Amino acid sequence: MSGWELFLEAAVKVVAAFVLLMLNTLFLVWFERKVVADMQNRVGPNRAGPFGVLQTLADGMKLFFKESMTPAKVEFIPYILAPVAALLPSLLIFLVIPIGEPFMIGDREITLQVTDLNVGLLYFLALSSVAVYAVVLAGWSSGSKYPLLGSVRASAQMISYEAAMGLALVPVVLLAGTTSLAGIVDVQSGTFGSFLPSWNIVLLPSFVIFFIAGVAETNRAPFDLVEAEQEIVGGYHTEYSGIRFALFFLAEYINMFNISALTVVIFLGGWHGPVFGPDWFSWILPIFWFLLKTYLLLFVFVWLRATLPRMRYDQLMSFGWKRLIPISLLWIVLATVALGVRRFGLPWEGL
Amino acid sequence: MTDREPGSDPANPPSSQGFWATLLGPMQGFAVTFRQMFRPRVTVKYPEQMRPKPQRFHGRHVLNRYEDGMEKCIGCELCAGVCPARCIYVRGEDNPPEAPVSPGERFGFVYEINMLRCIFCGLCVEACPTEAITMTQLFEMSVTDRSDAIYTKDELLVEPDGTPNHPQPAGPLIDLAELKIGDGWMRATAPSGRAAYEGVVSWTGSATGGLRPPEAGQSGGSQVEGSDIQGATDPATATGESSEDRATWDEPPPGAAESAAEGEEAGDEADDG
Repeated sequence: MSGWELFLEAAVKVVAAFVLLMLNTLFLVWFERKVVADMQNRVGPNRAGPFGVLQTLADGMKLFFKESMTPAKVEFIPYILAPVAALLPSLLIFLVIPIGEPFMIGDREITLQVTDLNVGLLYFLALSSVAVYAVVLAGWSSGSKYPLLGSVRASAQMISYEAAMGLALVPVVLLAGTTSLAGIVDVQSGTFGSFLPSWNIVLLPSFVIFFIAGVAETNRAPFDLVEAEQEIVGGYHTEYSGIRFALFFLAEYINMFNISALTVVIFLGGWHGPVFGPDWFSWILPIFWFLLKTYLLLFVFVWLRATLPRMRYDQLMSFGWKRLIPISLLWIVLATVALGVRRFGLPWEGL
Repeated sequence: MTDREPGSDPANPPSSQGFWATLLGPMQGFAVTFRQMFRPRVTVKYPEQMRPKPQRFHGRHVLNRYEDGMEKCIGCELCAGVCPARCIYVRGEDNPPEAPVSPGERFGFVYEINMLRCIFCGLCVEACPTEAITMTQLFEMSVTDRSDAIYTKDELLVEPDGTPNHPQPAGPLIDLAELKIGDGWMRATAPSGRAAYEGVVSWTGSATGGLRPPEAGQSGGSQVEGSDIQGATDPATATGESSEDRATWDEPPPGAAESAAEGEEAGDEADDG
């Protein structure tokens, strides 16, 4: 295996991941608008392309060619860097997510993730913390009161829910014995009994807490106080326009996809699913299962947005600190005891 | 997702009491939004699909003429006075005695409506003593220049044969036939112009729509056959070719004739003065 081959493989994977994320965002924005429209008895985008699927492309091109206004009072360098800082972590998180079954070319195993970090989960938690910087930088450097309010809310919210999110992942790591995402997917192969898939969904409290914290991490409704249009005029991105705003927008949707994909990988068996048919078909199927599960969760994201009103700030804080974190701590204790019993037997049996 | 399913199942709503109801009650909202996905849409695809307009729709104004071609406007400026948006400008002028324009002492020499300011409240129509200004069903009036939004008398006044004018050509959105559909305010309140309509509300005859039948179900409506709104929208009615309207058209409405006569007298007086 030469260095040149490694470089080629990495380059192809990175480009493929980037293209996949961009295409996915185009589809996801349309998907959200359509589903919300359906839930509000509207039609939704229906002009650009069949069923309006090209609407996002049109909007993106419009944003690209619009003027990027720079208000007079901004701190220029952080103001310019913030959109990039928002997009980068979301792109980087996707690199460790396995989207399909590894396959062989000759005697080389090609994994369908850009890289399989052995600290994948920690890498994800670290990068999602970095994403807070973008919001804080954007709000502060805008030199305007509403963005500042939004970023103050963002820093408090994202840090609070990060804690719950990390705690929710502890039982998963204990059960799987690894923090590598490919490893976690491998653990979930096989079945309980004859047909029930052995997914980590058995850690139901972890799943629920992780997903709620994920919604809060991505600043989506009902936790979207960071960009509450009605109160603080869009929050941290109030002073951004044109392509700089588009980068924030892109980051938000990639983050949504990342959180859903991670929830699938960690709790819903990743790309595992019934595989049948000829070779090429059984190669496609895992990717299909992965995307299907991810889009089911993305539907829940949209469903939440269409259903729940925005939380008040004190409700958000008390929900995070007084409910989610104590419950996840309690759940860690329970799960640890259960796993310990499964592994070592009941404490009095060894006596 | 799993924790929401029981609450969002419309076939099996949680009971009103007990632990599960407390836990899943707040989740019923998810069932509401989910159900809406399968309901019919309330929006229509506008340019392709147009909703029928209400009878009393407030669209673009027209200035009417009597059936004999005289302008109804007498330049009294009541419309301009009542207009809350101050969008109407009228300047009256004495009728030239040899060729009177309207059957009154004066006529509307200048008549302009700024459609950008107009709020389409219809107070001008209510104020007008001669039913000269009425509203129609046409509302697609977008322009690319502010000055184009000021409708002058040439554009507002109908032709002597009843053809309405419009600054823009007819198109997929601009249906000029809508300009012939009068508004419902007049249909509901105008006094009858002839004996056959005693106790029945109707319009005085105009070049645009002839003598319009009263609305179905209005007082004394049973005396008049074919008192449906379609009669007013039928182009044949406007040109007086409909047989049932023909009958009412043979003799001009007394009101119109009287005012025409008055106009001549007034013209004479002005001439004397």
